[in-house]
Amino acid sequence: MYDAGKIIPGLIIFLILITFPLWYSLGQSAPVLGYQVETPEIEQLEEKECVESVSYMRASHMRLLDDWRNEVVRNSRRTYINNAGKTYEISLEATCFGCHTNKADFCDTCHSSLNVEPDCWNCHSEPKESQL
Amino acid sequence: MGLKASLIIVLSLVALASAGAGVSFFQPLLAVVIPYMVLAVFLVGLCWRVFKWAQAPVPFRIPTTAGQQKSFSWLKANKLDNPSNTAGVIGRMLLEILLFRSLFRNTKAELRKGPKLTYGWEKWLWLAGLLFHWSFLVVAIRHLRFFIQPIPALVRFTEGLDGFLQLGLPTVYITDVLLVLAVTYLFLRRIVIPQLRYISLPADYFPLLMILGIAFSGITMRYFLRVDLGAVKEFAVSLAMFSPKVPEGIGAVFYVHLFLVSVLFIYFSFSKLMHMGGVFLSPTRNLANNNRAKRHINPWNYPVDVHSYAEYEMEFGNKMKGAGLPLEKEEQ
Ligand code: HEC
Ligand code: HEC
Ligand code: HEC
Ligand code: HEM
Repeated sequence: MYDAGKIIPGLIIFLILITFPLWYSLGQSAPVLGYQVETPEIEQLEEKECVESVSYMRASHMRLLDDWRNEVVRNSRRTYINNAGKTYEISLEATCFGCHTNKADFCDTCHSSLNVEPDCWNCHSEPKESQL
Repeated sequence: MGLKASLIIVLSLVALASAGAGVSFFQPLLAVVIPYMVLAVFLVGLCWRVFKWAQAPVPFRIPTTAGQQKSFSWLKANKLDNPSNTAGVIGRMLLEILLFRSLFRNTKAELRKGPKLTYGWEKWLWLAGLLFHWSFLVVAIRHLRFFIQPIPALVRFTEGLDGFLQLGLPTVYITDVLLVLAVTYLFLRRIVIPQLRYISLPADYFPLLMILGIAFSGITMRYFLRVDLGAVKEFAVSLAMFSPKVPEGIGAVFYVHLFLVSVLFIYFSFSKLMHMGGVFLSPTRNLANNNRAKRHINPWNYPVDVHSYAEYEMEFGNKMKGAGLPLEKEEQ
């Protein structure tokens, strides 16, 4: 082998960089997502259901919020009828946070684990609980 | 021919993954067994290829001159294009790796009426290549958010910058658009330009089509058929921590994406994609042009018994003298 003095350190640096995700979280055992769904408001619900099915909400709640916003801002329609035919008032603050009063433990915790930083709260108010 | 074969292979990989995604037997295979196998083959294969290359000695510097060599003090040397020391070489390598400098010199040769050979400006290959590689890197850095838990500042910063247009929900990433445009250009180039089409092989089409497939499946997941990113994160972290959990409830698109990535990376070290490592070992780029300043000895030189003329005269001097031949020794 020629130029081992340069090639081997180069390879080692490369291996260290490329395996970064494997050693970066070594020894950490914190829960990956760790958000909490339960709130007093949700406990009081008869059927513990979100606006749409949980699997849809998990994957696409930002789509729903986007549609809601367009409905209000462009079409001035303030009611939403979900797949099951139930009616909801279109409101980020009153509807979503009416049940999910724990924005910090719910929305924010999940978002920070996936590096999502919605800028909605520049204008929309957060539930009281998280405004310390 | 190569085009059709590559297209068929990529499409069958997509079909295979989407069919396997719904079968509980194939899920652990696609999500856990194959990715670990890929990781091992990729790392070992890459090192093996580099070690193989390192077996070849490069005794002489190859001056592909694109600038004046270091010479007399009154001749201005080009330190970057024709470096004479390590600092210059590092500069040249950085420009090559980060900005694809030698591709920037790409020209187009055309035979015009006359007949006249003309060389034209051709920067599209350089531009598309640069955009594609940088976008790929940014996408890879952004993907780290799935694999590690406290998300490092670099990843957050990259993502913020990439999404700064704030178009739509979820935000459009600039690199997603650039990646698709650049790879599409690189692909069409091979089909549309007859000379390129003539020299293109399956090994050229296949990686491009794979990367397009990966980009399209990723973009589908983000902007169209959304998947549960929480579940993706739990799965990816479990993979990275070596306590794999087979993901549940993530759509088939995710399996397609992951499988295409797996195939691309298992293919990596056996293919031209190894230029990622190879660029560092390019003898025309990584050696200072100091052939005239320093002596470089060829390590595979056969030890030759030298018989110099002086020795020759010593041995046969008498006979030469007898034959009336002039001798150097006496002339002095
Ligand atoms: C009627 C009360 C209620 C309203 C209004 C409501 N949610 Fe929910 N949400 C719930 C409940 C209950 C669950 C848990 C469902 C389950 O686990 O089966 C949930 C689950 C979720 C989840 C998935 C969490 C998980 O389990 O992974 C998300 C995301 C979510 N909600 C977002 C929203 C958003 C955004 C809005 C406003 C558009 C909203 N919710 C409005 C009650 C509500
Ligand atoms: C520049 C300020 C601003 C920002 C940032 C903003 N909104 Fe709004 N949003 C408004 C205004 C103004 C309305 C109209 C309120 C009305 O007519 O009741 C509105 C209405 C809405 C509505 C329907 C009405 C309601 O009360 O909820 C939704 C849903 C909504 N926005 C979601 C979002 C989401 C999600 C984000 C973050 C991605 C966001 N908005 C960011 C200003 C903003
Ligand atoms: C299960 C984890 C989870 C929970 C809980 C959750 N989100 Fe999200 N949220 C996400 C993910 C993942 C994204 C999209 C990230 C992406 O595609 O880059 C997202 C995106 C968003 C966006 C769009 C942001 C953008 O810039 O793309 C908004 C707005 C949003 N969530 C609001 C909420 C609100 C309000 C709640 C609480 C009621 C909530 N989310 C709860 C995971 C979650
Ligand atoms: C280096 C190889 C890879 C490339 C080039 C690639 C490319 C892409 C692209 C272009 C997107 C579109 C959205 C975005 O840019 O974030 C995407 C999304 C995505 N990729 Fe990859 N990917 C790769 C590897 C992986 C791996 C190994 C995983 C497994 C965890 C993965 C999971 C995802 C997911 C879940 C999305 C959706 C992101 C979202 O909705 O925000 N990718 N990918």
